[in-house]
Amino acid sequence: MLRDITFGQYYQAKSPIHSADPRIKMILMIIFIVFIFLSSNMFALLFSFVSVALVIAVSKVPIKLYLKNMKAILPILIFTAIINLFYGDGSTVLVEFWKLSITTEGVFKAIFMATRIMLLIFISSVLTYTTTPNDLTDAIESLLSPLRFLGLKNAVHTLAMMMTIALRFIPTLIEEAEKIMNAQKARGADLESGGIIERVKALIPILIPLLISSVRRAYELAEAMECRCYNGGEGKTRMKQMKLKMLDLYLSVITVLMLLGVILINIIL
Amino acid sequence: MDNIIELKNVTYEYTEEDKVYAAVKNISLDIKRGSFTVILGHNGSGKSTLAKLLNGLNKPTFGDVMVDGINTKSEEDELKVKSLVGMVFQNPDNQLIASIVEEDVAFGPENLGLEPSLIRQRVDEALKAVDMYDFKRSTPHRLSGGQKQRIAIAGIIAMEPACLVLDEPTAMLDPKGRAEIIETLIRLKEQKGITIVLITHYMEEAENADRVIVMNDGEIIADDKPKEIFKCVKKLKEVGLDVPQTTELLYELKEKGFKVNTNVISVELTAKEIAKALNLEEK
Repeated sequence: MLRDITFGQYYQAKSPIHSADPRIKMILMIIFIVFIFLSSNMFALLFSFVSVALVIAVSKVPIKLYLKNMKAILPILIFTAIINLFYGDGSTVLVEFWKLSITTEGVFKAIFMATRIMLLIFISSVLTYTTTPNDLTDAIESLLSPLRFLGLKNAVHTLAMMMTIALRFIPTLIEEAEKIMNAQKARGADLESGGIIERVKALIPILIPLLISSVRRAYELAEAMECRCYNGGEGKTRMKQMKLKMLDLYLSVITVLMLLGVILINIIL
Repeated sequence: MDNIIELKNVTYEYTEEDKVYAAVKNISLDIKRGSFTVILGHNGSGKSTLAKLLNGLNKPTFGDVMVDGINTKSEEDELKVKSLVGMVFQNPDNQLIASIVEEDVAFGPENLGLEPSLIRQRVDEALKAVDMYDFKRSTPHRLSGGQKQRIAIAGIIAMEPACLVLDEPTAMLDPKGRAEIIETLIRLKEQKGITIVLITHYMEEAENADRVIVMNDGEIIADDKPKEIFKCVKKLKEVGLDVPQTTELLYELKEKGFKVNTNVISVELTAKEIAKALNLEEK
């Protein structure tokens, strides 16, 4: 559930992908997304498919979990496939009714698009299943750090701090919301029946106390941070140092080779 | 220097709806290095305001607060003062900022700009000092209140302050968590020589202190060793404080004419006192 957001979707296992540097993982994921989109013919897409399958196999995360993620976007997948079904501009008409026609090209296109989206979901799931949200936050902070030279010195640090605090407080606030809901229910609040408008109205007595207590929490947290010598990241060091290992190099080389493979197949075939 | 904190004629005023109130009235106080001081008082006695004066979170309206010879009013020494006097608050949930225990403890030392390897060492030491080392990869919301509060304490002692000020750290905890915190504080004082200032309204927690200060309405009304303080049962009741049940029982017995010694606090010694008074002493 949301309560366990600290570990997010993280699935603990020992695999090369788990132990790779989160920054590298993020960059490699972007490369993967690029070559999935670059795959312009069936062979290139097949090659991408095999590459992604390989990554999933190496990640040691049960395939069941990946399929679970798939389920959530199934409606989008089906919708995209159906739309594409009618957009094939070929001449071999399979079915025709009213002003719409399904051609063999349309069927191909539909399968093509669906596979693409599937691969995108798979590869981004690999990142979230093998990396903790904390590592992701660190990676984003580190990757965005060049922005410092654009006069956004504090922006990167502030963003990372906000993400850290948000991750830390989501479970606390969920717990609090549950407490308030139970307290209001004990006082006879009806949260479940009625139309949409009534239900939204019923949420007001929950949201207002939650908002007030969040402001109070924020105030106390700021004081506690001040007591721990926080002064906006000026001169701050980090306990955890991210270091690139040989493993990160291997993974990068393999990914770049896969990218070249896709480009080559695109050109030749 | 013998005193880590010195308060000289400190008054703290705040304004609410155009009226000026004094939360702390002309207090002078010295905290000895390595001592364990408990400040007692009911709600609104000014004890929390006093706590925040000790590390410069509140600046005195009149008078001066000196921490290790540095005036808390000085702007450029603000961080120095905060690293010398660490502060732990009531609600552990609102003090922890990272969702992994060891990363939270590292927050203070990171702000001080220490070397990564030194931070690592201090974090491990601090977690061992509060007996939470086994939980270093855990996440705060899966821990109990007492455990979370111990993490908060570790976060402060990782900065290696000379003094630790705790503002009602046990108020939101169950009896077990409360006992854990008091044990931890005694251990920190004895093993690391950290000066401890504990602000509370639980009288039992004063039992282990070297010195107890009782506050009422912004003033110090008593300042002595715990045993002496607990003798004045009437005076404490007048300012809305409860004496420990054991002391109260002995006090009532003495009022009724039993020959008991009222300056014991622990349950065992109280039982012995009563047994003695009833001539039932164990052989």
